[in-house]
Amino acid sequence: MRLWKTILAAAVLALAAGSQAFAARTDLVIGIPLEPPHLDPTAGAAAAIKEVLYANVFEGLTRIGPNGEVLPDLAESWTISDDGKVYTFKLHTGVKFHDGADFSADDVKFSLDRARADNSVNAQKGLFAAIDKVEIVDPATVKVTLKNPQGSFLYDMGWGDAVMVSPKSADTNKENPVGTGPFKFQNWAKGSSITLVKADHYWGAPVFLDKVEFRIVPDAAAYVPALLSGDIQAFPFFDPDSLAQVKDDPRFKVVIGSTEGETILSINNKKPPFDKLQVRQAISYALDRKAIIDGASAGLGLPIGSHMSPANKDYVDLTGLYPHNVDKAKELLKEAGLENGFKATLKLPPPSYARLGGEIIASQLRDVGINLEIIPVEWAQWLDQVFTKKDYDLTIVSHTEPNDIDIYSRKDYYFNYDNPTFDKVIADLNLTSDEAKRKELLGEAQKILADDAVVGFLYELPKVGVWDAKLQGLWENAPIQANDLTKVKWSE
Amino acid sequence: MTAYLLKRLAIALATLVLASMVVFAVLEILPGDPARLMLGMNASADQVELLRNQMGLNAPLVLRYLHWAGGLLSLDFGRSYTYSVPVIDLVRERLAVSLPLALIALALSTIIAVPVGLYSASRRGRAGDTISMGVAQLGVAVPNFWFALMLIYVFAVWLRLVPAGGFPGWSAGAWPALKSLLLPAVALALPQAAILARVTRSALIEILNEDYIRTARAKGLPYRAVLWRHALRNAMIPVLTILGLQFAFLLAGTIIIENVFYLPGLGRLVFQAITQRDLIVVESVVMLLVAAVIAVNLVVDLSYAVVDPRLRSRQ
Repeated sequence: MRLWKTILAAAVLALAAGSQAFAARTDLVIGIPLEPPHLDPTAGAAAAIKEVLYANVFEGLTRIGPNGEVLPDLAESWTISDDGKVYTFKLHTGVKFHDGADFSADDVKFSLDRARADNSVNAQKGLFAAIDKVEIVDPATVKVTLKNPQGSFLYDMGWGDAVMVSPKSADTNKENPVGTGPFKFQNWAKGSSITLVKADHYWGAPVFLDKVEFRIVPDAAAYVPALLSGDIQAFPFFDPDSLAQVKDDPRFKVVIGSTEGETILSINNKKPPFDKLQVRQAISYALDRKAIIDGASAGLGLPIGSHMSPANKDYVDLTGLYPHNVDKAKELLKEAGLENGFKATLKLPPPSYARLGGEIIASQLRDVGINLEIIPVEWAQWLDQVFTKKDYDLTIVSHTEPNDIDIYSRKDYYFNYDNPTFDKVIADLNLTSDEAKRKELLGEAQKILADDAVVGFLYELPKVGVWDAKLQGLWENAPIQANDLTKVKWSE
Repeated sequence: MTAYLLKRLAIALATLVLASMVVFAVLEILPGDPARLMLGMNASADQVELLRNQMGLNAPLVLRYLHWAGGLLSLDFGRSYTYSVPVIDLVRERLAVSLPLALIALALSTIIAVPVGLYSASRRGRAGDTISMGVAQLGVAVPNFWFALMLIYVFAVWLRLVPAGGFPGWSAGAWPALKSLLLPAVALALPQAAILARVTRSALIEILNEDYIRTARAKGLPYRAVLWRHALRNAMIPVLTILGLQFAFLLAGTIIIENVFYLPGLGRLVFQAITQRDLIVVESVVMLLVAAVIAVNLVVDLSYAVVDPRLRSRQ
């Protein structure tokens, strides 16, 4: 009899415990491949910093939405002067930093002045270059005056590098980030994980999750078992080659979106024979983008014909300009006086798109008589030899910064490309804020790059996300480097 | 004995000083600029220069070596470029994973290998020997990351007894922390055990052929007693040498296993630091490892003296 009572009591307890499980989960473990070097998005280029903190812990005046659109954030509204040089931001009131300090116009001035200061180590200092002065009108109003109109200024203020920080905590954000976002930093177990928890008095729409852990999983071989065992519930950047193991599993959702990563075969435009237009065009004709995407990116990723993401509203489809045509490529080489082909080097950084893509490209170029010597390099070497010293012929790299077509107009950039007409278009673009006019100029810029065959345009790096089928609200695309968790929740 | 000890110590110290020079020099020639790596492709050359100055990278080479080596003497290992925290803190955090992992793996490997080696040696040429050495051969040949993945699929995905990876930290409690080290320890231990078993076996067989073993048998000592009392003790020297090498390997050479189980161990710290050109971390950790290897070898040398009385009196 006593035994029965015990069993009954146990059953009741089990039921009570079970019923709790019906309330939706509020915790989440996300797998990320790289550990951030530190946690201050205003002091480093590493994408991993923003992929943990952007929109979650730190917020900017504006923010970038899931499809790349500019949305108000800490600034609830703004006005732009007719000459496009004065931006007046109206700030949200009642906003607090996680350490309890009030957020006001003082912090905006501090953050912007800090980012553009002489001793600033902001990795995107160029975003702030046009700012002439930042004035506090009242605690909830800030006036930013630019030296010249900057058409993309509102977008630029939405970057992770332009988030608002407090003078009290700015110097310690690397270890203990303090922002205004819906999540606050709790713990960083180095090499292992970073934990965020729901902030106490968030000013905006409340978030659904109470606790989020970013767990660092460096090896793609570990992704699938981590998902299958339930240890990790989401990989926003999954390994395309492991997809087969989870694709047909109803417990998981596979979401394929786009990034801002233009993957290109960069060409040293000043180094003979690549200074000849025919040679560069021959390379473009020799490339078979479909074969490259199949081999280097598991068939995922959209082909591009210029330096713009197909997901971008200003995209112009130029992929038909140089269709795969071996004869045409040989003909152009002959015109350039290189009918017997030539030898060149191809330096490949570590990512698989480069290493796998490089093999394929080398074989495609061999078909038209260009013999490539493949040289694998580490990132540090790549940045040193290729990017800084421009000691290269060809290389493969993905340019992951959003809206970065202007890199082709930069003086001394590693492409060694110099075209005053293109520079003029970019200069005009910087001075234009009218959307229709900008679209026209951006289209023109894309066409010039394609006509000049400045580099071999390959494909847009895909964003392959895999997560628990019950999880909602994670971004499909990656218009900027971010894992925005503000809308993420568990269904049921 | 004292002379023996002193000589060993002097050699150890000289090795350390030499190693510090080699390590520093080799890493300084490595191409790549940590400042450029941190700032990425959109930063200007001036900005990179500014950060280089802030990080103290523009000081002359010899000065930087002296500064670093001087710091090492006072156990100051410098600050990480990328993490901007003291290197010693990073190492301490990583050792909390790597040290227990190495010790568990080493213990497991010894517990498996020595009896297997003994068994095989005592049945040399018979079926038991052939089978166990065949299994050992397989253990050496199977790649450990593959074996690790198989362990994960069986014990974490299917049976759900242990987590598939990660390390919750010792603050989460001793059992959860140990649980997450179990599979990696097994994955690390088996190939080591296979090597150790083979070494134990061949060392034993060599000794079992010695005259004094025949004498011991001839005077009527039971086989078992000969094996344990005379043969095993003499076979310990090669076994201890291998154990010492294995310990050094297990402490930092386990990057593959650390990656598969995403454990924050010492191997991954070094690997990450190399790719990020966080040279001060690499230099300091490599020096610590050199010191550890030298210390382990010293202990092994001393334990030779314990197992072999001749070494004690010789010098």
